[in-house]
Amino acid sequence: MLAYVIYISFAGALVEALLPRGKNTAARWLALAVAAAGLALAVAGFAAGWNQGREVIVDAAWVPAMGIHYLLVADGISRVLVLLTGIASVAGILFSWNVELRANQFFAFYLALIGGVYGVFLSGDFFLLFVFYEIAIVPKYFLIAIWGSTRREYGAMKLALYSFAGSAMVLIGLLAAYVASGSHSTALADLAHAGLPASFQMWVFPLVFTGFAILAGMWPFHTWAPTGHVAAPTAASMLLAGVVMKLGAYGCLRVAIGVFPRGLDPWGFTFLGLGSWRGVFALLAVIGIVYGALVALAQSDFKFVIGYSSVSHMGFVLLGLMALNQIGLDGAVLQMFSHGVIAGLLFAIVGRIVYDRTHTRQLTELESMHLARRLPFAAWAFVIAGVASMGLPGFSGFVAELQVLTGAWKAEPWWTIAAGVGIVVGVAYTWRALQKAFFTDTIPAPHVLEYEHTHKLDPITWPERAGVALLVLSTAVVGLYPRILLDQIEPAVRALLAGGVQ
Amino acid sequence: MNYAALNYAALFRATLPETALEIAAVLVLFVDLAFLRRATQKLRAAVAAWLGIAGCVAGIWAVYAAGWSGFSAGNDVLLAAGGSAGVAQVAILVLTALTLLLLIGSSFTRNPGEYVAVVLMAAAGGLLIAAAEDLLVIFIGLELLSLGLYVLTAFAKSSGASAEASIKYYLFGGMSAAFLLFGFSLLYGLSGSTGLPRVVYGVDNAVFHGGVPLLLVALVMVAAGLGFKVAAVPFHLWAPDAYEGAPAPAAAFIASVSKVASFALLISISYVTLHFVESFQVSHAYATFKVYNPGEPQSHNTLGIVTVWPFILMVLSVASMVLGNLAALAQTSVRRLLAYSAIAHAGYILLGLVFFSRGPASAQAILYYILTYGLTTIGAFGVVGVIERAAGSDKLDSFAGLHKRAPALAAVTLVLFLSLAGIPPLVGFWAKFNLFAAVLAVSRSPLSIGLVALAIAFSAVSLYYYLQVLKRAYVLPAPDETPIHAHPLTTLVLVAIAAAVVLMGCFPALLQSWIAGFYPGLR
Repeated sequence: MLAYVIYISFAGALVEALLPRGKNTAARWLALAVAAAGLALAVAGFAAGWNQGREVIVDAAWVPAMGIHYLLVADGISRVLVLLTGIASVAGILFSWNVELRANQFFAFYLALIGGVYGVFLSGDFFLLFVFYEIAIVPKYFLIAIWGSTRREYGAMKLALYSFAGSAMVLIGLLAAYVASGSHSTALADLAHAGLPASFQMWVFPLVFTGFAILAGMWPFHTWAPTGHVAAPTAASMLLAGVVMKLGAYGCLRVAIGVFPRGLDPWGFTFLGLGSWRGVFALLAVIGIVYGALVALAQSDFKFVIGYSSVSHMGFVLLGLMALNQIGLDGAVLQMFSHGVIAGLLFAIVGRIVYDRTHTRQLTELESMHLARRLPFAAWAFVIAGVASMGLPGFSGFVAELQVLTGAWKAEPWWTIAAGVGIVVGVAYTWRALQKAFFTDTIPAPHVLEYEHTHKLDPITWPERAGVALLVLSTAVVGLYPRILLDQIEPAVRALLAGGVQ
Repeated sequence: MNYAALNYAALFRATLPETALEIAAVLVLFVDLAFLRRATQKLRAAVAAWLGIAGCVAGIWAVYAAGWSGFSAGNDVLLAAGGSAGVAQVAILVLTALTLLLLIGSSFTRNPGEYVAVVLMAAAGGLLIAAAEDLLVIFIGLELLSLGLYVLTAFAKSSGASAEASIKYYLFGGMSAAFLLFGFSLLYGLSGSTGLPRVVYGVDNAVFHGGVPLLLVALVMVAAGLGFKVAAVPFHLWAPDAYEGAPAPAAAFIASVSKVASFALLISISYVTLHFVESFQVSHAYATFKVYNPGEPQSHNTLGIVTVWPFILMVLSVASMVLGNLAALAQTSVRRLLAYSAIAHAGYILLGLVFFSRGPASAQAILYYILTYGLTTIGAFGVVGVIERAAGSDKLDSFAGLHKRAPALAAVTLVLFLSLAGIPPLVGFWAKFNLFAAVLAVSRSPLSIGLVALAIAFSAVSLYYYLQVLKRAYVLPAPDETPIHAHPLTTLVLVAIAAAVVLMGCFPALLQSWIAGFYPGLR
């Protein structure tokens, strides 16, 4: 049943592409219906998978001569991320309700991207995973280049080239692993049990991990992320931060760590204090956390603040992965979900609710607009989102980051200390943006008040309210009752650790 | 060669496909000149094209009807049949028919009958070299193909670019044919034979007795001649000009059919080179190998064809990948962009020939690649042809706003160019994966892995220039928004090609098993 999330998304994309031009209302409702059906299936699949562990959904010979199977598998990690994709896709369509330019094409690319993302999360075969992974790249380019804003062609091309460079590295790893394991199969489970020699894993692991981590925004390959997020239209930046960056992290976890675990073994010597790839990538993750937070603190463009905060938060995911223990990996997966929802919310508020009404994202200009009075809904929504993003208890980010930090402490205490600095700076940049954009303490002059009275901002529409409600509800539910996801994640992570990582 | 042993009935049967094409060519000329002198241009083009297509269909039937017999004179095989030759011949005929379909919607010539006749004769040359196992047959086939291509390039008689392209193509072609012939004559001198297997064996013997320098000269010359045909760097200089100046259907023919035939020839050379040697090991620059000769099972320790030929191909391959991809980045004309991309693709395919398997896996992977590449390129040139007629140029900017002016064409462009870039689930990705998997299956040395990594890295680079075209088609606004109308048949063909690219990408096993069916008993 879960497999249909992929098919209905692609079918929806095809129908949207064939819709006659100008039928924008129909295009919107169709897209919402498709995404909602996907979410419904994701929820149903999530519920049906309770205590089920790993289950094979579809297994059909695809290229018999090469031993490649069309193999869809779901375990707890997949189900959680499919759920996230369902939530993010519905919210993204709600927040692009005002797209008028070539609306049917917009939703066609959007749904094709969603279909690819679902496919990656459900693939049980390295080859199939790669195919879906690449399918997700092209629509991103067009979504940004056609419907984007600031320097959109540059941002789109940069993102496409970074993604493609990353996937080229993954493809090399895929080919090497396929041939080294005897050219029988590309199923992830078969590759993991093929007994690939440690010397082989030692060079393929960093290649594949880096290839995927480019899309997860790992420092120093993160530079596509802020420019891409800023250039993208709201829905696309919600998807980019919400699910596409998770594709990278998921690939790191499922493929790099799951198939090439020996690559994390110590080298047997130390270089600049680093003794293994694990140390190298943990260091890069920590740098990403701190660097992303510091740069976010210095931005003058509201959307760049959120863009760099994504780099920082994705650093937690990578750090959790490198902790290589149960709690750290649990935290990493939970952080994927949590950041997907919260970043989506932040981008929606900045890109849709605020920007489409004020037509500026400069914090200095927003400062003089008194948005807390004129757009109280946006202000309070951002307060909630900001608080969730800072990692306050009661929201999903708290549980996730706590687990990551605990896991990292168990592995290497100084990682936690350094990452803690990132959290403190995270509070600072969120607070700064919140204060500057919404809660300035300048008292408006009478003529400004009058101007604001006569030039009311457009009222908040129902799709915006629905989208905010959906995302806030998701993060709050997980924050208050994290077991709802952790019960699925924990057994899956345990199986992964037992099957791959020693 | 023992001429008394020539069996003309067998020769006729083995060359039935070529004969079918030649008969069709004569028929087209006859019908055009005898009955259609007064008919409209459109009718003449349609009749000529459909007759030509009928000839291709008959040729395909003949390939199957001829059985897998081939043709030998005495002990020397002159024409192979079945296997790679069979796949390439059917592919050549199908692709030729597709380029003829593109002719119907175009208007560059007032003599469609002559055009179709020349296309068919050139295709017959292609069929010949796809099957040839003898140096002389190879040379005759190549010349038959090349002469046709020169004429086709010049066929837009009112266009200066077309004439310029043709003369450049002809001069380069003539020179490289001279190189090739000189190389062949040296090989004949070294080995005393023109049959490929005997050449390989004879050369290895000669080298054992100190003929290394002569062999190197001979192989470099042969590589120059064949490198010219597949447009490998540094023998690629004609390609951008010819692709730019030739009429679109002719350019499509050069880019697809001629490539398929030339790579089929390279496959048979590599196949013979490897198959004659029973086993060999490379240590340093020398190969220790046992030759397959019952009378003389001795181990040679020489620098034979087995080591030199792949090395030369490797140099061509790397140079083509690097230069083709980098030069394509700077192009503003879509035809030149396609030319440089063709050079880059030739580089990838040559890599498959460098690390060539003794089994049919490599040959199949290369044929898969070149077939699907040929199909995609025909589609790309079809699009370029339509846009050229509407916008008057093939500059990147004339693609601007295509999604508004011709949504179907824009969608076809999207599919074809993404396939060329190797994005799954389109067939171009499968072709690459298949090819690189075959390379790594042959050798997993750091060298082969490094070269595959280089190829994959450069195909990431290639995405940039393919996206430049797609950016014009989908992102940038149109300077004028008048709809572009293509001939309905052209649109139909292009949509069908795009659909095939998607379908074969989603179900790659279809084409794979069709190709494998030509290798009975193997696999």
